[in-house]
Amino acid sequence: MDLLINIVEQLINGLRTGSIYALIALGYTMVYGIAKMINFAHGDIIMVGAYSLYVFYGILGLPAVAAVLLSVVVCVVLGVVIEKVAYKPLRNAQPLAVLITAIGVSFLLQNLALLIFKATPIPFGSIIKVPSVQIAGIHISGITIVTLVVTTISMIALTLFINRTKAGRAMRAVSEDKGAAELMGISVNGTISLTFAIGSALAAIAGLLFICQYESLQPTLGALPGIKAFVAAVLGGIGSVPGAMLGGIILGIIESLSKAYISTQLSDAIVFGVLVIVLLVKPSGLLGKIRIEKV
Amino acid sequence: MKKMMSTGLAAALVLSMAACGGNSTGSATADTGSAGGQSTAADAQSTASSAEGATAEFVIGGMGPLTGSAASYGISVKQGSEIAIKEINEAGGVNVGGTVYSLKLEFADDEATEDKAVSAYNSLMDKNIQALVGATTTGCCMAIADLTMADNLLVVTPSGSGVDCVKNPNAFRICFTDTLQGNTLAEFAMNDMGVKNVAVLYSNSSDYGTGIKDGVVSKVEELGGTVVAEEAFGDADVDFNSQLTKIKGTDAEVIIVCGYYQAATYITKQAADMGLDIPFLGSDGWDGVLGTVTDASTVEGAIFLSSFFSADTQENVANFVSEYEAAYNATPDQFAADAYDAVYVVKAAMEKAGSIESDAMIAAMTEISVDGLTGDGISFTPEGEPNKGAKFIQIKDGAYTVYGSDSADASAADESAASETAAADESAAE
Repeated sequence: MDLLINIVEQLINGLRTGSIYALIALGYTMVYGIAKMINFAHGDIIMVGAYSLYVFYGILGLPAVAAVLLSVVVCVVLGVVIEKVAYKPLRNAQPLAVLITAIGVSFLLQNLALLIFKATPIPFGSIIKVPSVQIAGIHISGITIVTLVVTTISMIALTLFINRTKAGRAMRAVSEDKGAAELMGISVNGTISLTFAIGSALAAIAGLLFICQYESLQPTLGALPGIKAFVAAVLGGIGSVPGAMLGGIILGIIESLSKAYISTQLSDAIVFGVLVIVLLVKPSGLLGKIRIEKV
Repeated sequence: MKKMMSTGLAAALVLSMAACGGNSTGSATADTGSAGGQSTAADAQSTASSAEGATAEFVIGGMGPLTGSAASYGISVKQGSEIAIKEINEAGGVNVGGTVYSLKLEFADDEATEDKAVSAYNSLMDKNIQALVGATTTGCCMAIADLTMADNLLVVTPSGSGVDCVKNPNAFRICFTDTLQGNTLAEFAMNDMGVKNVAVLYSNSSDYGTGIKDGVVSKVEELGGTVVAEEAFGDADVDFNSQLTKIKGTDAEVIIVCGYYQAATYITKQAADMGLDIPFLGSDGWDGVLGTVTDASTVEGAIFLSSFFSADTQENVANFVSEYEAAYNATPDQFAADAYDAVYVVKAAMEKAGSIESDAMIAAMTEISVDGLTGDGISFTPEGEPNKGAKFIQIKDGAYTVYGSDSADASAADESAASETAAADESAAE
């Protein structure tokens, strides 16, 4: 029984980390679907979101709700500006140039944070004060509940947006065929901006959840979750929205279970090993073939 | 598409490496930061104190990095030694068999590199040093170990924790080895806290974490306890939920965390979140943890080992801290305290030997007992290891307090017990 409870708790740990990975992976996958590029600065948007919350709530003392909304707005604006300034001029350049630019933007953001906030980690208390619950001997912390609820709502909202709204249909059309979409009267530039805006908003939410869970800010905080989420996106099939969600959650659970039952040292190796095997068997990722879902 | 993916993955790899690198430099700067640019004031002072020497002069050499990435360690060692020398000279010097010696410090920068250490040591020998307080870092201690042996010089290293630093009979150290620190933590858990089942959570990114972990595990088993979980983490990790959940599923009665304060911050917070109600015991890297937690209640009651505690109310420590702060405008750390004690150890050896001949002073080292900042009644084994009671710091009401400070008798008894067992361990370890 104790063992069972332990396994369930480890699964919940995995689900929580995995759902944060999934939120971030959605940004990678949407941008890839539309702009055919991998936005390596995406991980650092998480960091910007976390620091924005610190500035608005911790320094300026705004109410929590306003601070959260403003942080999301900052990330959305930043995402759109990065696209306009750094990526748009390179839209017809070779993929490698865009990739390197993205890495450059990532370093720029990290080093700006380093310059402004310094390297020493800043402690920052969680704004989420939800008591933990105990169900049949299983302890679930407040932050876990909030994380799962927020990520589920975000994913459902995104799926509805893509499938049910006009703008969502435009996004799918642009990802299918940019030229044809333009001929149909869809604003390609507007759609790409919208994609970056949504991706950055999701990254901001991930950043806020991240900071509420770990309570410590440092300029490189987005790098590792960013890379894990990128792996999740590839695992699920990059370009596929359900794939990113699935990939993120699978990654989180594998990570948690391998840390718990195999080896803490080997957990990253196991995670990346699974990626290699999946890509060998199914090069487009788990759900990569389902074109109709591609954004 | 495929090409894009492969370049993407390659870039992911590069980025992940960059991320790791970035993190470690970040923490390194945090560790070595502060305490710079004080050396000019310090120089002025050492010349002033040496000029006072009316009688004979005894030259103590000092070595450590004053420049480079580990500079804060060397600067602390230099300043700690200067405070001790100034105090001793102002109190009238060292009386050795009727002759009064005033002490003088000659300090050389070894940049914490092995080749610089050899030339720094040679330059000190040119200045006719009669005992050495140094080197500061393990690598430099080992680089000069055989040279000092050949010169038959008394060597007391404040902070060289590597086992081989004191392999020669002329070398002694003030600090604990990592293994000994682990042994002491295990003894504290089993004897003072009275537990049997121990969970160990350790950093595997450094010799520090793994060394302490090995010490804990071997001692717990020797004392008849059980290590119910042995979980590793990396210094850049932020998520410890899997490890903690696993420990939660065991019947651990204490979690010994061998690592630095940043990891301790995440660990205690996540343990509190998951309702884990097991006491924490930490290594000396925990010092500073209150500066990084957002809610002090998560570390309330936690205990960690520390050989020096700057807010200690004990008289000699409080005096040292105020003198140090007045002289250098910085709070002394463990390195400064270790160096201060090292100078007093040399003084005690001179007095005990009744001579300033190296052979006599080295022989006297095992007979002395010094009440220092890092422990009362510090004595040495012939192997060069210190016997000293470890101080334990407990976090109470969101502040550091010396463990058991409200019952002085009990803590004194603990300390003598700890030092006896420490002596026994060290001979066993050899």
